Amino acid sequence: MNLIEVISVTNPNMIVDAWNVFIKYKSLLLIGVRNTLIVALIGTLVGLLIGLVIGAIRAVTQNKEASDSAFIRIIKKIGYLITSIYVSIFRGTPMMVQAMFLFYALKPILNWNPISAACVIISINTGAYMAEIIRSGIQSVDRGQSEAARSIGMTSIQTMRYVILPQAIKNAFPSIGNEFIVNIKDSSVLSVIGFSELFWQAKSIAGSTFSTSEPFLVVAVMYFILTYATAMLLNYFEGRINHTKSSFPASQTVEDSTY
Amino acid sequence: MENIIEVNHLRKSFGSLEVLKDINFNVEKGEVVTVIGSSGSGKSTMLRCINLLETPDSGEILVNGVNVMEGDINKHRSEVGMVFQSFNLFNNYTVLDNCVLGQTKVLKRSHKEAVDKAHQYLKKVGMDEFADKPSTLLSGGQKQRVAIARALCMDCVVLLFDEPTSALDPVTVGEVLDVMKQLADEGLTMVVVTHEMGFARDVSDRVVFMENGVIVEEGKPEDIFTAPKSESLQRFLGRFINQN
Repeated sequence: MNLIEVISVTNPNMIVDAWNVFIKYKSLLLIGVRNTLIVALIGTLVGLLIGLVIGAIRAVTQNKEASDSAFIRIIKKIGYLITSIYVSIFRGTPMMVQAMFLFYALKPILNWNPISAACVIISINTGAYMAEIIRSGIQSVDRGQSEAARSIGMTSIQTMRYVILPQAIKNAFPSIGNEFIVNIKDSSVLSVIGFSELFWQAKSIAGSTFSTSEPFLVVAVMYFILTYATAMLLNYFEGRINHTKSSFPASQTVEDSTY
Repeated sequence: MENIIEVNHLRKSFGSLEVLKDINFNVEKGEVVTVIGSSGSGKSTMLRCINLLETPDSGEILVNGVNVMEGDINKHRSEVGMVFQSFNLFNNYTVLDNCVLGQTKVLKRSHKEAVDKAHQYLKKVGMDEFADKPSTLLSGGQKQRVAIARALCMDCVVLLFDEPTSALDPVTVGEVLDVMKQLADEGLTMVVVTHEMGFARDVSDRVVFMENGVIVEEGKPEDIFTAPKSESLQRFLGRFINQN
């Protein structure tokens, strides 16, 4: 055992051995990749939905208006307080700890399996981060936009839905995409509840081959490929969002004018 | 003539700063009223109170005889159009959809009806050929013309202009003022807060001069510009003439 460890640390053929580990355990590793991607994708999408609702509530309740009645003021205070508690707790504790606590605490009631627990936990955790991303996205939209919407008689909910949120999401798109990349990596902590994502597969391969560095070298490369490909994809979409199809310089429009 | 807007004893403070001190002000149907005065005199705040973008501290505002502080604020706002200094076109929509959104969501018109109406008003302001362009790609003057069309699409009974040309260069100011003149000729009721003295003199039926939150003087443009009574208006116009 001791000998194997020493060899593995100083193994001159580590890359070749790692390649062999990859070939031998390809199917296990690919299951890990699939599970990692599933949980990261679900976590980001559901987290985004949670973030949209919580972030919108936080942006609205943080904004005190002179026209608010005493009742509205109290409602806003309570709404802001509750969402603050949610955001603070889930940003202020490690996801690994949240996973262990929630999985075992709720197991007697929900009788859930690791994969559904993993999806729920990563979603709630991401939701807390997304809420702050969306809140700052909403606050970055020019105040004139909501004034214009209100001035033609739109309700505050219509204004939020049709005017503010679409622009807030566009502004926040790089941060939202970043959460997806973070989730691909951070889903590895969900191995503590026995969820068989990529890190968990590497650990079990390490257990059966008695060597640690090779499987984790393989997994490191696989994580990097996943995050790098995702980053490229996000860059592409970001470019698409920022360049509308009929793009032309503003000065050109003046000459076309009928005036 | 019936009053479209009736403002009685309007007061508004921001913290300890009293911006509007007992404003009384009427606008008749088909009348074009310009509000002039130096920055900080309360002109814009008064306009924003009429559309309830600012909530008055006290006093009453009647539009078409209905107190705007009672009843459905959103219905009231859809009747009173507003054109902003910084245009405020919805950045996430095309020119056409800027004009359609309010019609379908607030007035519950069918999409087709809203599109027809939008084209009709975009033609009027000379912007119909840009209907499918994203609103962010227009020049300032074009944006403001679209903003006027957007307000007209709501079939508003009165159109409020909050310094509509202050963010424009001297050349494009003309294209927006032309549209406003055309609307004035067609009998639209308008309240225009502006620093364009030429527009105030030539187009408006009545000029209101404000200073320090009170209406100091109001009257026909020829009286205001040729025979100002109050000292502050004389000073204000004197400074304006020196500048030009």
